Amino acid sequence: MTLAFLGAAPTGTAKASGLAVTIVSLSSLTIFLVPLIALLLSYDAIVGEVDRGTMALLLAYPVARWQVVLGKFAGHLAIRGFAIVVGYGVAALALQWVGDDDSAAWTAFGVMVASSILLCAVFLAIGYFVSASVRDRGAAGGIVIGVWFFFVLLYDMALLGALVADQGRTVTAEVLNALLLLNPADAYRLLNLTAASDVSRFAGVAGLGAGAGLSAHALIGALVAWTIAPLAAATALFGRKQL
Amino acid sequence: MRGVSRKYRRQYAVREVDLTLEAGECVALVGHNGAGKTTLIKMMLGLARPSSGGVHVLGEDPAGGAATRGRFEIGYLPENVALHPSLTGFETLAFYARLKRQPASAIAPMLERVGIADAARRRVGEYSKGMRQRLGLAQALLGSPRALLLDEPTTGLDPALRQHFYDIIRDLRRNGAMVLLSSHALAEVEGQADRMVVMNQGRKVADGSIAELRRLVGVRPRIRARLPRLPRAVANASDPWGGWAASFDGVIELSCGEDEVASVLRGLPTSARDIEIIRPSLDDLYAAFQKRAA
Repeated sequence: MTLAFLGAAPTGTAKASGLAVTIVSLSSLTIFLVPLIALLLSYDAIVGEVDRGTMALLLAYPVARWQVVLGKFAGHLAIRGFAIVVGYGVAALALQWVGDDDSAAWTAFGVMVASSILLCAVFLAIGYFVSASVRDRGAAGGIVIGVWFFFVLLYDMALLGALVADQGRTVTAEVLNALLLLNPADAYRLLNLTAASDVSRFAGVAGLGAGAGLSAHALIGALVAWTIAPLAAATALFGRKQL
Repeated sequence: MRGVSRKYRRQYAVREVDLTLEAGECVALVGHNGAGKTTLIKMMLGLARPSSGGVHVLGEDPAGGAATRGRFEIGYLPENVALHPSLTGFETLAFYARLKRQPASAIAPMLERVGIADAARRRVGEYSKGMRQRLGLAQALLGSPRALLLDEPTTGLDPALRQHFYDIIRDLRRNGAMVLLSSHALAEVEGQADRMVVMNQGRKVADGSIAELRRLVGVRPRIRARLPRLPRAVANASDPWGGWAASFDGVIELSCGEDEVASVLRGLPTSARDIEIIRPSLDDLYAAFQKRAA
């Protein structure tokens, strides 16, 4: 399923037949790239500075440890947010240029940009948590690649496999909803591929989500929770870390 | 510091150390690599917590919540200064000055003070080791701290720079700051520090002025002089030159107590040349302490 998605992305962009198709292809790409880049940025944030010795000096200054974590998070998020807005904005402007005006799709596009930044925040927070909990940069790098692989690739495959094997006996719609919310990448996917009916027509696979009947509020809530919890854990761990 | 210990896994890095540092005092923390110097300093900064015992710096627990404010008055120079290579010297210092709420006008004079004003607009990545060390010292001196913790501050500095560095330290002490510097090059802290704290395998093995340490170890000074002609008495080792030993080429040597030095010198003939008073170097003292600890 994931591979099919990846294959659909370039064809969709190449045709450029409308904003809705672009949303499908861009958000499919986003699911792979944004978490990866966010994790690669963040895994080094704490353990790397401790390693290089800059953290010891920084903490000898009148700065609280939670300020260090939140400050780094804000900086990283601002950079990634800027990149996302500029990158997607260019795509949107290009479509506007060839003359495509569909106001509903524009709302969906706005939702996609905002939720992409939120997805980035989720994986930055997870990366910080990993970075605060290990002692070695190499270990942190390995763990975040594993995290990426699990959430972006393995989780959906396992879920799909379980659904097929189970034939709807124990995995009810409620259980499926809960399972989808447990993965921030799925929450993001459902949010975007079902946001506009026009979009979901192209998305195909997201019919799963549409049938699941999760509200946008629940999906956004899941993403926010996925940001706050790892960030809070990272702050707590770093606060007790001995340099 | 009272009864402070710090364990890493099962190994003690610092073991039951008591240490009090007064304002206006320059204390050298001496010990070989791995003796626990850096760990002591990290505990004073609150970077590591003691496994047992208590640390108070300027009246606060450095690892506690209220300590953040106390760090306005602490300057720290880490053992290996790690600074961002793509910032210029000026930008680096500006960053640290903002963290310490120091005005931007304090930056240029500080760069001047440590002697890298000319390189202020160059990237730190292009700096030599000595220049990085000076920049590191500059950030530690920001905001005239009441307590300065310098971890091996003079490694990688050439002798002229080192002298300049100790001049700066002397200025600070005159203004009432407490300076703690760690070193394993003993000879150079001699004459710079009021007090030496000798560490060995995490334990404090000695604490006192250099003279006190010498007395403690009981190594006696030796007096050496060159005479134009070796007196026969020395050659025969009999009375007026009793205790003197002739070494080579008309040089004679005597080992005596610290209180006898003046009278021995007075007894020397005016023809004596190259008079030296040889006291055990810090390295000798350190070796003696280590032997005793072992």
